Amino acid sequence: MITEIEILPGILSERETILRNTFLDHTKIIPQGERIKLCIQCGTCTASCPLSYAMDITPRKLIALFRAGDMESILKSRTIWICASCYTCQTRCPSQIKVTDILYALKRTAMEKKILNTSIPTYALSQSFMKSIYKYGRLNEPRLIIKFIMKTGFWKIFNMIPLGIRMLKKNRIKFSAEKIKGITDLRKIMVKAETFDMPIEKEFPAYMPEAVGYKSIS
Amino acid sequence: MKYAYYPGCSLHSVNKSYDQSCKAVFNNLNCELTELEDWNCCGATIYMSIKEITALAVAARNLALAEKLGCDIVTPCSSCYTILNKANRYLKYNEEVFEKVNLCLKEANLTYNGTIRVRHPLDILVNDIGIEVIKLNIKIPLYGLKIANYYGCQIVRPEKGFDDRENPMSMENLFESLGAKEIYFPYKLRCCGGMLMTTFQNASLKLSKEILECAVENGADCIATTCPLCQMNLEGYQNKINKMYGTEFKMPILFFTQILGVALGIDKKELGLENNFYKCEKLEELFISSSKQNELTTAG
Repeated sequence: MITEIEILPGILSERETILRNTFLDHTKIIPQGERIKLCIQCGTCTASCPLSYAMDITPRKLIALFRAGDMESILKSRTIWICASCYTCQTRCPSQIKVTDILYALKRTAMEKKILNTSIPTYALSQSFMKSIYKYGRLNEPRLIIKFIMKTGFWKIFNMIPLGIRMLKKNRIKFSAEKIKGITDLRKIMVKAETFDMPIEKEFPAYMPEAVGYKSIS
Repeated sequence: MKYAYYPGCSLHSVNKSYDQSCKAVFNNLNCELTELEDWNCCGATIYMSIKEITALAVAARNLALAEKLGCDIVTPCSSCYTILNKANRYLKYNEEVFEKVNLCLKEANLTYNGTIRVRHPLDILVNDIGIEVIKLNIKIPLYGLKIANYYGCQIVRPEKGFDDRENPMSMENLFESLGAKEIYFPYKLRCCGGMLMTTFQNASLKLSKEILECAVENGADCIATTCPLCQMNLEGYQNKINKMYGTEFKMPILFFTQILGVALGIDKKELGLENNFYKCEKLEELFISSSKQNELTTAG
């Protein structure tokens, strides 16, 4: 087991405490998720990340901010929505921190607490994706893309037309969705699973600039 | 050996050629693939990152169905491979998760005990069937074909699977034994951008461009890939990359099963080579020269 090496430098605000605890709850499901406490700030994750150039908070900084008691900034960042899940950081981390899985936990925390950065519409894509699985049990990629575009700005469809035509020519598009036979069973499984996932509704304190980070004790 | 074959959604819609070629290759090598009956979407990376227990339960339904058949599950799709593997690992690691997921599966009269493995066709070809056996079945040797072996992200990472995580060699060993020429291709594990192609296209185009550039610089005739999403990103968006960066890429991106299928002498149609956007000229040459040789031998 990992011993608690974290020494709290001060007192966290109510909002930060809730965010931090929700996040730590989400990491519990990850095998060895608690290793986040063992970060040595070497920056291997940031250096390995092919997308770190496009991030506002790099993976190393993200863990530093977590330590500094600033979950608010982490959850507002576009970083957690940019990650393409290539797992390079997780493979190379000398402290064996499950960086990619930690980013997933952050996504879930952000969604649960409705702190969403809308500049990268990954959330909208996820919603369309989930509906599709619930409806058919399988996914039809062209339909998913069209639905997603309709949701996020229909003018983007014009950008897709050349590729669409080329794909039709090569016989690579099929619009009819496959529905599985056991769809009712699958829905039962999903409904049951949702009952485990239900977030506990509590009064969530509003964001105030001074409510971020540890308050130092004088 | 018997395997439960799990194609995944992508192989049933956009990337049918991967599905066809995979089945054809295994058929040719007398290895039985039985498609898992009534499989459902594994949930992919997207679902896993937003609703964990639900995603695990959705993936576990497939594992439970395969366990019923009593054989390992084989999936050619990289994303399905990681997700099913991940579900398997999480269930074994955490008892609480294991119980919860089994409670969900009970709703559909299924149980999962965690006795099967999730595997990739490349793993089976190289480690179960063996390169030596494949070599015996070769009809058209790939002499002189320069292949950039592109593994992508999710079949070698995050946990150590059938190959090394920093320098996998399965595809190189396989194709070299069939006569292909090895080229220097350091970007074989670099991310192509994945699903970012729909949500954050500029970043993804940049990553894909770097991979294509690396292959062109090192003189590759084609890129062999194991991932349906990488194939789509690298080939389907090549026009857009050319427009954006002023490049002139015309790089054919083939599934590794398609190249292997050609070497095994399987018909072009069966491998779905016509569904690819770019023709690999070198591969066509090999076809023509081998058919000429056949004519000569039958005539002589």
